[in-house]
Amino acid sequence: VTPRVGAEVEGLLRRLAPQVLGTLVRRYGHFDLSEDAVQEALVAAAVQWPEQGVPEHPRGWLIAVASRRLADELRRDRARRRREETAAAQVPEDELLVPAPADEQPPAEDDTLTLFFLCAHPALTPASQLALTLRAVGGLTTAEIARAFLVPEATIAQRISRAKQSIKASGIPFDLPPEPERADRLRVVLHGLYVIFNEGYTATSGADLQRADLTAEAIRLTREVRRLLPEDGEVAGLLALMLLTDARRAARSRADGSLVPLAEQDRGLWNQELIEEGLALVTDALSRTTLGPYQLQAAIAAVHDEAARAEDTDWPQILTLYELLTRLTPNPMVTLNRAVAVAMARGPEAGLDLLSTLDDDERVAGHHRLHAVRAHLLELAGDRAGARSSYRTAARLTTSLPERRYLEQRAARLADHFDR
Amino acid sequence: VKYVALVYNNPGAFEALSQTERDELMREADAYLKEFTESGELLAGGVALADASNGKTVRVRGGVPAITDGPFAEAKEQLAGYYVLDCDSIERATEIVTRDPAARFWAVEVRPIMDMAGTEM
Repeated sequence: VTPRVGAEVEGLLRRLAPQVLGTLVRRYGHFDLSEDAVQEALVAAAVQWPEQGVPEHPRGWLIAVASRRLADELRRDRARRRREETAAAQVPEDELLVPAPADEQPPAEDDTLTLFFLCAHPALTPASQLALTLRAVGGLTTAEIARAFLVPEATIAQRISRAKQSIKASGIPFDLPPEPERADRLRVVLHGLYVIFNEGYTATSGADLQRADLTAEAIRLTREVRRLLPEDGEVAGLLALMLLTDARRAARSRADGSLVPLAEQDRGLWNQELIEEGLALVTDALSRTTLGPYQLQAAIAAVHDEAARAEDTDWPQILTLYELLTRLTPNPMVTLNRAVAVAMARGPEAGLDLLSTLDDDERVAGHHRLHAVRAHLLELAGDRAGARSSYRTAARLTTSLPERRYLEQRAARLADHFDR
Repeated sequence: VKYVALVYNNPGAFEALSQTERDELMREADAYLKEFTESGELLAGGVALADASNGKTVRVRGGVPAITDGPFAEAKEQLAGYYVLDCDSIERATEIVTRDPAARFWAVEVRPIMDMAGTEM
């Protein structure tokens, strides 16, 4: 089997996974058991198809195999219950499950969106939501999800089975959420996809490449949501934000895994194709949909991506966008980023003044980013001793090894100047 | 974020408990591990350590190894075991650990584990 065939089969299986699951749940109910059955069918296909070739009707094949597994499981379940109840219950007729030719057509009603909402149901913990989304909608195996999140496979299996128990226990119907709830529920779906993206994106090079797959998976799933909700500006905004951020990936870290700040990145390494796609998406969304935080963040990423050199960055425009974002979603992390824009547009002292308003905010006072930003601004202002001290504080507070290394280097660089 | 929970106790502390207390502790510990393993927050792979007196401490100075009996830190409380939590915040991690019976008898230290994920600044 060539890797290319393997990758093609994997791509096909991931695309078909939510449709096959939707069909099973529609036909037989039992979301929890159907999900297991689909997963087994996907695993069987991943082994067989690269060896024996993709069947003529791949969707029908998966539906038939998954239905058979589900029927087996339901039969075992009934037998178990019968034994337990020792009641002479009548043996129900088993349904005969054969591939139906009609199953090759995509279902008239696309349940993928329903699956997205179900997997991000507020009754589930955030970690369970992510794992279930990647498995039930993304078609990833438990092992793949575990490798990507750097946790044991047993833990992901627990999160998924706990999530399915919660869905079963709370009797959530397999339907789109009612209209009044839908906007809030969509926000949870989008946030989950953004978290998956960041899990992958913040992974540095080398040993973490497995995690970087999460970036591609998040983009693929967000494209799916966009296909299903083409008129939603925030869906477009999130997709644009992902593309405009991912475009910089090759430049953001060195081969040894160390981080390169935006201002020092080799912009020739940025992916122009992704930038153009992201730009078109966000421009279109901004011009004709309700403004939202993902669109604004995408617009900020776009202004960075459009600058040929760091010194060409249109900071006043970035500042305006951050001011809008503050009005929409006021939070200390936005203020932190706005302080950088203020410093670049109006000088470091103005940025430091804004930053000082965060010192008493317990949500960020102990966060390394506050001290890292202050260090940068103090360095810009020429206060080397102050900058060095803030870099060191930030280095102590971060839980990321590449960030700590970067912050320690900045501090050391200033020490050289300072002692000379 | 992953957090390691470091369980500290006095050497011989477990033996010093009455049989009833020991049974109670074991039962609670089992229930604790089960509950948070099932919630997907406690990762497989935690360990209990043999009494610190069974250990040795290794130092190499000027290329010469010096191996001494017993623990590195000369403290009354010694590391007795550890496990790893994967959750959203240190507040959540400490909330979980308050349920660990070892925290009631002795003490559990919670520390974030460094990771390789990083944001360019």
